[in-house]
Amino acid sequence: MMAGFYIVIAHDNLIKKIVGLNIFQAAVFVMYISFGKVAGGTAPIIAEGFSAYSNPLPHVLILTAIVVGVATTALGLALVVRINEEYGTIEDDEIQAADDEQPQ
Amino acid sequence: MIAQLPALIVVIPLIGAPLCMLVRYRDWSWTVATLCTWASFVCAWIILQQATSGNTISYQMGGWAPPLGIEYRIDLTNAFVLLVVTGIGSIIMPYARESIRSEFGTRRIYFFYTAYLLCFCGLLGVTITGDAFNLFVFLEINSLATYVLIAMGKNRRALTAAYQYLILGTIGATFIVIGIGLLYAETGTLNMYDLSNRIAEVGASRTIGAAFAFLVVGISLKLALFPLHLWLPNSYTYAPSMISAFLAATATKVAVYVLLRFLFTVFNYELTFDALPLDYILACLALIAMFAASTVAIFQQNLKRMLAYSSIAQIGYIVLGISFASSAGVTAGMVHLFNHAMIKGGMFLALGCIMYRVGTVNINKLDGIGKRMPLTTAALILGGFGLIGVPLTAGFISKWYLVTAALERGWWPLGFLILLSSLLAVIYVWRLVEAAYMKPVPENAKVVEEAPGSLLFPTWFLIGASIYFGIETNLTVGVAMDAAKQLLGGLG
Amino acid sequence: MTPNDAIAFSIGLPLLATLLILLNRRYPNIREFVTLVTAAGLFLTVLSILPYVMQGERPSLKFLEFIPGIYLGFEVEPLGMLFALIASGLWIVTTFYSIGYMRGHHEKNQSRFYACFAIAISSTMGICFSGNMLTLFIFYEMLTLSTYPLVAHHQTKEAKNAGRVYLGILISTSIGFLLLAILWTWHLTGTLDFQIGGILSGKVDGPIAGILLFLYMYGIGKAALMPIHRWLPAAMVAPTPVSALLHAVAVVKAGVFSVVKVLVYIFGTDFLTNIKQDDWLMYIAAFTLISASCVAIKKDNLKARLAYSTISQLAYIVLGAALATSAGILGSGLHIAMHAFGKITLFFCAGAILVAAHKTEISEMDGLGRRMPFTFIAFLIGSMSVIGLPPMGGAWSKWYLMIGSVEAGYIIFILVLAVSSLLNVAYLLPIVGRGFFRPLTSTEYMDNNKDEGVIKEAPGFCLLAMGITSLGCIVLFFYADTIVRLIEPVVLTTGQ
Repeated sequence: MMAGFYIVIAHDNLIKKIVGLNIFQAAVFVMYISFGKVAGGTAPIIAEGFSAYSNPLPHVLILTAIVVGVATTALGLALVVRINEEYGTIEDDEIQAADDEQPQ
Repeated sequence: MIAQLPALIVVIPLIGAPLCMLVRYRDWSWTVATLCTWASFVCAWIILQQATSGNTISYQMGGWAPPLGIEYRIDLTNAFVLLVVTGIGSIIMPYARESIRSEFGTRRIYFFYTAYLLCFCGLLGVTITGDAFNLFVFLEINSLATYVLIAMGKNRRALTAAYQYLILGTIGATFIVIGIGLLYAETGTLNMYDLSNRIAEVGASRTIGAAFAFLVVGISLKLALFPLHLWLPNSYTYAPSMISAFLAATATKVAVYVLLRFLFTVFNYELTFDALPLDYILACLALIAMFAASTVAIFQQNLKRMLAYSSIAQIGYIVLGISFASSAGVTAGMVHLFNHAMIKGGMFLALGCIMYRVGTVNINKLDGIGKRMPLTTAALILGGFGLIGVPLTAGFISKWYLVTAALERGWWPLGFLILLSSLLAVIYVWRLVEAAYMKPVPENAKVVEEAPGSLLFPTWFLIGASIYFGIETNLTVGVAMDAAKQLLGGLG
Repeated sequence: MTPNDAIAFSIGLPLLATLLILLNRRYPNIREFVTLVTAAGLFLTVLSILPYVMQGERPSLKFLEFIPGIYLGFEVEPLGMLFALIASGLWIVTTFYSIGYMRGHHEKNQSRFYACFAIAISSTMGICFSGNMLTLFIFYEMLTLSTYPLVAHHQTKEAKNAGRVYLGILISTSIGFLLLAILWTWHLTGTLDFQIGGILSGKVDGPIAGILLFLYMYGIGKAALMPIHRWLPAAMVAPTPVSALLHAVAVVKAGVFSVVKVLVYIFGTDFLTNIKQDDWLMYIAAFTLISASCVAIKKDNLKARLAYSTISQLAYIVLGAALATSAGILGSGLHIAMHAFGKITLFFCAGAILVAAHKTEISEMDGLGRRMPFTFIAFLIGSMSVIGLPPMGGAWSKWYLMIGSVEAGYIIFILVLAVSSLLNVAYLLPIVGRGFFRPLTSTEYMDNNKDEGVIKEAPGFCLLAMGITSLGCIVLFFYADTIVRLIEPVVLTTGQ
């Protein structure tokens, strides 16, 4: 989780930032899943011989969260593409420099 | 029908959004969006009427009983916020048509309205839901739509602004998810009211503390509380005018609502303010926001940017009110939430009018604008008076309650500081006055006329409302007071 | 018209005039006619309330409860009545004068000038009749904002800087201190109504009351107590009619009037005497009184000298109120009236000299009295009234102030008042002396030969205005007892 967070903060490349964001989110998803694990439990399907089930709710939640995460990533990448069209670069500092040169 | 209102208010814009996508013929998408927002507004109004009678409305999605099913739960607080959001959202629709056409062109205009409706829907969903995870989902619907809207600005910097917001916003949202996850791990429920009961039973464990910290940080990012405000100035500056107005008036306000909800409903009072020194932390941050952001605002050339910084400062006032953790403080915060929504919304709209005619909102190029566009400028200046808190404007009422709350809490130097910081507002508003009225129109300036009526009317409507609510305060203060009592008095 | 309606009318009328002025901005004659008619109408309206107040009635009016328990409320009491009469009466005179001055001087943006002037008068009326502290505050701010365009009227860099100083000091003191004090009072007492005997009595103890007093006194920046007096000299860049009516009468008097109101109706004289927290105020006032006079002597610019003189005279009024004795408050009330007439005359003269001779510095005024005898005689009368020489009105107010200091047991202030009167003599009379007894300077002849011709008397409108006010100074000497009878109820009911 922290690794992803670090990438977001430390990298100048916009794509790498989004990758970092994904790692960060994935870590959180795994955290959720781990809550749902019941020791010795099995998949929550009612069947003979099993009495301990994993909690299914976190899975459901995370399915939603993954959808959101994918949407975010897609949008982020789309923005990066547009930025690349406009500025010709996806390095944060170069964009900054381009903006400074041209007062609005 | 009435019983289904809580669902309708969210569902209408949600259905409207793809509909906008489908009707591509000319202005039809605008018509659809307008109808949706106004319908939601009517719903919000009826809901507020019901909520004022003192009942908490509980609506069970799909008939599943809480705490397992998703519950929409409306008390005065969210009814109030719903009204603000839908009110602003629908009032600026007539404005949107002309303004967006001029800034965005007519091509693919339906994308804009789709995103707008989604954003609108997300805000309403966040406000109305009683389920913590559902809140996150709506928050993301809103955020994603917002990123798109900001990226639609004319200037290419809008793209980087949107990107920046996307990164920070996602981090904030993820923090909120972590917080909610930890809460779930500790209590096994996601329903806010259920949560609050269970948290009271569990008491202050370390997990709860961590969850709380993640949530507060995440929400603070969304509401642009001082050190976490970096995304805001750029986004507001480069977004289309009407979107700046809409976001300034509603998005941060909804985040404030979420903060209120978590601080006072989900985590109870003892935990929030007794076990953790949150009141001091919030008060300090709010104070820094008030002074730092106002000071920065003074030095801005771009007026939209100036207003953006001023927004950060005004959010400081709202959070300060909340940090008093008293009924008076929360009342003050909520009153200011409402008043600031109108004032800032109106001011951004007025700037939009100037943008529409002059093509720039750089203060150096607006010498003598008061003579060229008298009505627009007058609206802008009146809004500015509201920011300062000149008597008989809504801003004065907020400030009055805020300082009274500070005195009641016994923090009287704070009262002094609040007033002192409003002097900073005098400075940046006065730069505007001097430029608008005290400088001659430059010789070579191009001839501009007053903005068209469809832009002026919503602008003046909001500004007029901010004056009206500075004089007649029964609605705002009355509702805010009751809502604050409800919030602080537990679940009522 | 019932007196209650008259209150609303006297505030609404100038606002209506503002609208008409703006509508007729292309027709100077109609515009100025509107101003004149409004001024006359306003004076008559205010006058119509007078008999009721003299009989001891207190017409009142309230509406718009915008914070529970606080209305936009008005109540006419003697001090406010007096102030309203002066301000509205002098507005008529000033209007005559401004027509002469503004046209003679070919000023720009005259419509904005007249419009803002009318708003300023309306706010002054609001201050006069306000029935609670918040109403007073609202109109106080309105007055500040509406006078800003008047101060920065010339739109030059200098004027704008002066406007910033003006606004900066007045707004920051009023928001930073006054509003805090008001809120605190509200927090402590739950009311903001003006009541005879004060509302703080019994609610707060000494030290807190002391802090509150400080906040109030420095919150009311318009009273120009040192060290927050800088705005007044700054405001002198404004056209002279503004300096005359607003910065010798309406604005500054609104300041001291608020001070008196706070001391009498919020604190209450008995309470003030008991808590013994107002000594510093008297000494500050005394200090302001002397030092402002000293500064005035050194100023060569006529309007700047008059401005410092105003600061010093305002301190008289604050001192009188701070003494908290009946004679002191009577003296303050009287001085509001007397100084108004005296100082407005002086400003009119300064403006007349500017219009007719284009002179602003005193050292250039040698011999002007011979060319403009009428102006300089008016100046003499005004000066004598400000100094406090009989048979001018100013004599009475100083008399009461001295009695007040004896009553309160502060003999030292008699000395202060005496010294200050001497200083007044020293900075006012030499101007008259120069005008009459020195020969015209040689450059004067050269100028005359070159372009503008011989210096003549000021325009007729200006002369008329000066004549009326200087006559007023003399008349007030004989009718001072009427004013005393008007404001006596304030002090009689406060004991002592």
